[in-house]
Amino acid sequence: MRRIRYILQKEFLQIFRDKALLPIIIIIPIIQLVVLSYTATYEIKNIRLVVVDQDHTPDSRALTREFTGSPFYKLEGSLPNYAQAFHLMQKGTADQILVIEPHFEKNLETTKKASVQLITNAINGSAAGVMQGYGVSIINGFHNNIQIEQHPGQAKGLPIQTDTSYWYNPELNYFTFMVPGILVLLVSLIGLFLSSMNIVKEKELGTITQLNVTPINKFEFIAGKLIPFWVIAMADLTVGLLVARFWFDIHIAGNPVLLLFVTSVYMVLILSFGLFISTMAQTMQQAMFISWFFLVIFILMSGLFTPIESMPAWAQEFNRINPLAYFIKINRMIMLKGSVFSDIRNEFFILAGYAIAMLGFSTLRYRKTS
Amino acid sequence: MSEKIIEVKDLVKKFGNFVANDHLTFDVNRGEIFGFLGANGAGKTTAIKILTGLSKPTSGDVQVAGVNVSKYPERVKKKIGYMNQSFSLYDDMTVRENFRFYGGIYGLSKAEIKERTKHFLTKLNMEAYGNRMLKSIPLGWKQKLAFSVANIHNPGVIFLDEPTGGVDPITRRQFWELIYEAADRGTTVFVTTHYMDEAEYCERVCILSEGKIKALDTPVKLKQDFNTTNMNDVFLKLARNVE
Repeated sequence: MRRIRYILQKEFLQIFRDKALLPIIIIIPIIQLVVLSYTATYEIKNIRLVVVDQDHTPDSRALTREFTGSPFYKLEGSLPNYAQAFHLMQKGTADQILVIEPHFEKNLETTKKASVQLITNAINGSAAGVMQGYGVSIINGFHNNIQIEQHPGQAKGLPIQTDTSYWYNPELNYFTFMVPGILVLLVSLIGLFLSSMNIVKEKELGTITQLNVTPINKFEFIAGKLIPFWVIAMADLTVGLLVARFWFDIHIAGNPVLLLFVTSVYMVLILSFGLFISTMAQTMQQAMFISWFFLVIFILMSGLFTPIESMPAWAQEFNRINPLAYFIKINRMIMLKGSVFSDIRNEFFILAGYAIAMLGFSTLRYRKTS
Repeated sequence: MSEKIIEVKDLVKKFGNFVANDHLTFDVNRGEIFGFLGANGAGKTTAIKILTGLSKPTSGDVQVAGVNVSKYPERVKKKIGYMNQSFSLYDDMTVRENFRFYGGIYGLSKAEIKERTKHFLTKLNMEAYGNRMLKSIPLGWKQKLAFSVANIHNPGVIFLDEPTGGVDPITRRQFWELIYEAADRGTTVFVTTHYMDEAEYCERVCILSEGKIKALDTPVKLKQDFNTTNMNDVFLKLARNVE
């Protein structure tokens, strides 16, 4: 066991002397966390709106104000007719057109039907859905207010009143949703790449042969390779959590110690997986591509960007062996829901079992005698 | 009869249909400098890998320092030193750090590591280079360092696989002085080489060709047998017989 100390000392020396590796370990995660969290958002701001007001009454102007007063909208222009407005959309300078028809106010007051038309640029389908949703909710809000104003004391017009409240992330803040997931992504990425390149690097340099003629034992070797990266990944996560807390102002609902504890087990799994790849690969290039292959599949299927529940059944089955899926789930449960250990027990034990198995595989796969 | 430290009987190593080592049988005495000669592809490196527990033999019996190597490859590793043709210390660590790492791996105490490092640096006249990164040190010096690192735990046998490849003649001579010193202390040296002048330095040489032992004796006896004045001609005559 005393040998592990010497292996650790060597590995840390080599990591901290590697001028290319150090920025990857320290700076890139923070930059990525900050950049990705701002960019990986479904929120749409600054929707460029063109209004075609053919009514010119206090009510039509009030509706326009509802739009321009919203933080999501920016008034691109007011034009007299639809053809001119549509020209702007074709040019790509308008995202949405609001057409208020003549006699809008008159129709509203006489309780006849009053129509507005909302045209949305749907080149990006999911963005269009979001813009459409914003627009409709503003119009509905305006409609309700009109009803209350016109018929004070009367019951509201809509027979069923939906009162929506969002739990665990009440403001539907995308940072709150994305940052925990991106943190998971970053430690997995760093952990898997660093570990999968490590042993194969010694193979390429030929230094592994010199190690293999020493009495170093397999477990000491794997442990000596795993622990430095484990320490680095845990440090990265801790820094990431601090950035999440103080930069993005995300309050961790659960216990951060529990989160670090689960991460510590998860990292053993990811690093063992990387070392396993490293014992199999003959060149660093192979190791790189194999890690990349698994990581991309794991990430895209993990539920980080799209909900697992809406994936086909086979994909959901696949996620039973996807370590990222378990960890992202646990991570969000702790960070957003404030889950305690008993809530995440099942996922945790699966991860722990998986970690032990993978550690075993990589130790067995490392052969000193061919 | 002196004590045998390496005993090899009927060693066979096959890679598919290719026979790399074809029924090798030889012994090496304790404290001997034993040369293993042969052209590229003669099976030298294959045999040395088996003797050091890096590779499993297909069949045959291999005993090194009293350990059955094919059965207990890990046990023999405590008792041997090894240095190979491709330089294998860490370039991004200093000379001292390399000594410390390998000393630690072989289970030496801190004091022992310190003492051994000092001993080798003094002997190599490299005290001033202890804290230099290995990558900044010339190849010939690196080879001498690698030899010293392979000796750090005072092994009973040291295996050198073409230790002087690509090294200038002066450094090669110095390297052989190190080998003699080790042998004087009782370390058995098993060395493979291409250089026939180096073969003359060995107490006995074994010439390998196409996986078989073609000759095994002292250089003096071999030169008599082949009626030549130098090992180079012995080697060429044997190689010609093959063709």
